[in-house]
Amino acid sequence: MDRRPRSFYVLAAFFGLFLVFLYGPTFTIAILSFQGPQGGLTFPMRGTSLHWFRELFEQQAVGDIWGSFRRSLVLGLMVMVTTIVVSVMGGLAFRKRFAGSGVLFYLIVTALVIPSILVSLGVGLIFGQAGLPVHWSTSGFGAQLTWTLPFGLLIMFAVFNRFDPAYEEAARDLGASGWQTIRHVVLPIIAPSLIGVALFGFTLSYDEFARTLLTAGSYNTLPLEIFGMTTNVTTPVIFALGTLTTVFSFLVIGIFLLIVWTMGRRRARAGSDAGKGMV
Amino acid sequence: MTDQTLTAAEPAPAAAPRRRAPGRHLAGWLLALPLATVLGLFLVLPIIMIVIVSFWGATEFSIYPAFEFDNYAFLIGSDVTYRVFGNTIKYALITWAFTLLIGFTVAYFLAFHVRSLTWQIALFLLCTIPFWTSNIIRMISWIPFLGREGLANSALLSWGVIDRPLDWLLFSDFSVILAFVHLYTLFMVVPIFNTMMRIDRSLIEAAVDAGATGWQVVWHVIVPLTKPGIMIGTIFVVTLVMGDFITVRFMSGSQAANVGRLISNDIALLQYPSASATAVILLVTVLMVIGILLRFVDIRKEL
Repeated sequence: MDRRPRSFYVLAAFFGLFLVFLYGPTFTIAILSFQGPQGGLTFPMRGTSLHWFRELFEQQAVGDIWGSFRRSLVLGLMVMVTTIVVSVMGGLAFRKRFAGSGVLFYLIVTALVIPSILVSLGVGLIFGQAGLPVHWSTSGFGAQLTWTLPFGLLIMFAVFNRFDPAYEEAARDLGASGWQTIRHVVLPIIAPSLIGVALFGFTLSYDEFARTLLTAGSYNTLPLEIFGMTTNVTTPVIFALGTLTTVFSFLVIGIFLLIVWTMGRRRARAGSDAGKGMV
Repeated sequence: MTDQTLTAAEPAPAAAPRRRAPGRHLAGWLLALPLATVLGLFLVLPIIMIVIVSFWGATEFSIYPAFEFDNYAFLIGSDVTYRVFGNTIKYALITWAFTLLIGFTVAYFLAFHVRSLTWQIALFLLCTIPFWTSNIIRMISWIPFLGREGLANSALLSWGVIDRPLDWLLFSDFSVILAFVHLYTLFMVVPIFNTMMRIDRSLIEAAVDAGATGWQVVWHVIVPLTKPGIMIGTIFVVTLVMGDFITVRFMSGSQAANVGRLISNDIALLQYPSASATAVILLVTVLMVIGILLRFVDIRKEL
């Protein structure tokens, strides 16, 4: 079995093409965002410069990019924290098989599959009829949670399905209270998966467009701002913005991976086997 | 202190379902309360609201509560509705076929041909990274490729394959489906890869020992065992494509329509009752599709 079959090379080539397909366009706009001042939206490059990035930082005519970025960041963090807390509680709840858990489970599935414009429309209608102003931190926040919570819960379900209850029994035998068991045994063991939940919560919120469309009110989040730009900006400044947001996303992923890595190192040093065999 | 009482009840051992104290139910409910509240307020209520508003009436300037079937009657009587629904289903089917083909192949390569776990995880992560960046940016990034003076056209021209730029590359059904495949193939790769990783490798060895060729192993062993993953991926892709309005609007240059766009156009004109009626029909269609798909797989078992 040591020599690779020919199918391996065919499939590897296919996989390579898939990666080119995935990354190619993004790389293209990254290159094009370095066009000279006379450059347009396509090749050939007319000189290279940082002109369009400068434009992005200076000119306010392109819209309130930095304000919307700040709002998206705050909203993303709000959604992230809420998603972690509610998902962990929900995950624990589903281990107990309470009455009504079946209905709640199907609601979670519904939240996952319902077209996002319906959530946007419905939440917008409710706030409108109740006379409440729509705002990204209220209606937008709630609408986004219906999308991030199902993902968080699915991860928690997967985690708790593979969770060995013997650890909790041991803690209880040693006299730990319910809360102590959770705090000192369960949470540390599931911590690496919580990073995954956090990453999902933040990035899904940060990029969410459809669910925020009718629920963000008069202050745009970044995806809404970018969408507005696509309809009226015809210069590479929009590519510069795309490049910057992509770089930012990579940074966020990098930070999360770094946290996971440091946690792993600390554990290895502390000689604990917590979290092993979880993935 | 409340936390203490919240979580004090020990998790029910699976083996003893009968001996349930009422306190255990209470702890479960309290833990599930935030989740139920969010879903109740921002999912159930909005759906109910949409259903109610779909019976309301509208003038050019306002909407008013009523109970009339005008919105539905108009939808059912209009040719546009059928054309748009046909278009939506066409997009969903074609996108599904491509994402399944690509997603299965990619997942199969990662799960069965890449041998070390580290490489599997690394390559898998490489596939998922684009998913974390903005969808709209990923759509915009096709423009320099597909436009009249884009990379595809200039390459084809310089190779002498064509002598005039192709117009159908951008702002067409082709570009819409291309963008869908670009955005959503990952939703196929992840669940299929996940199921494949859990297939017992000795089954494949057994098949090989029994004389199966490579194709026979794939078709008679791997595909049946991967079915749950395929179903979950299908649910994701089909519902995402059916509810989409932004990709279609953007990549078709506002030339094509699907149900999502019909709804968003009505919203833009503040015709909420008719948007709601279309939304109800879309919701019923999506739930029917999901209902059919769920007959083939028990998702609770797959987690």
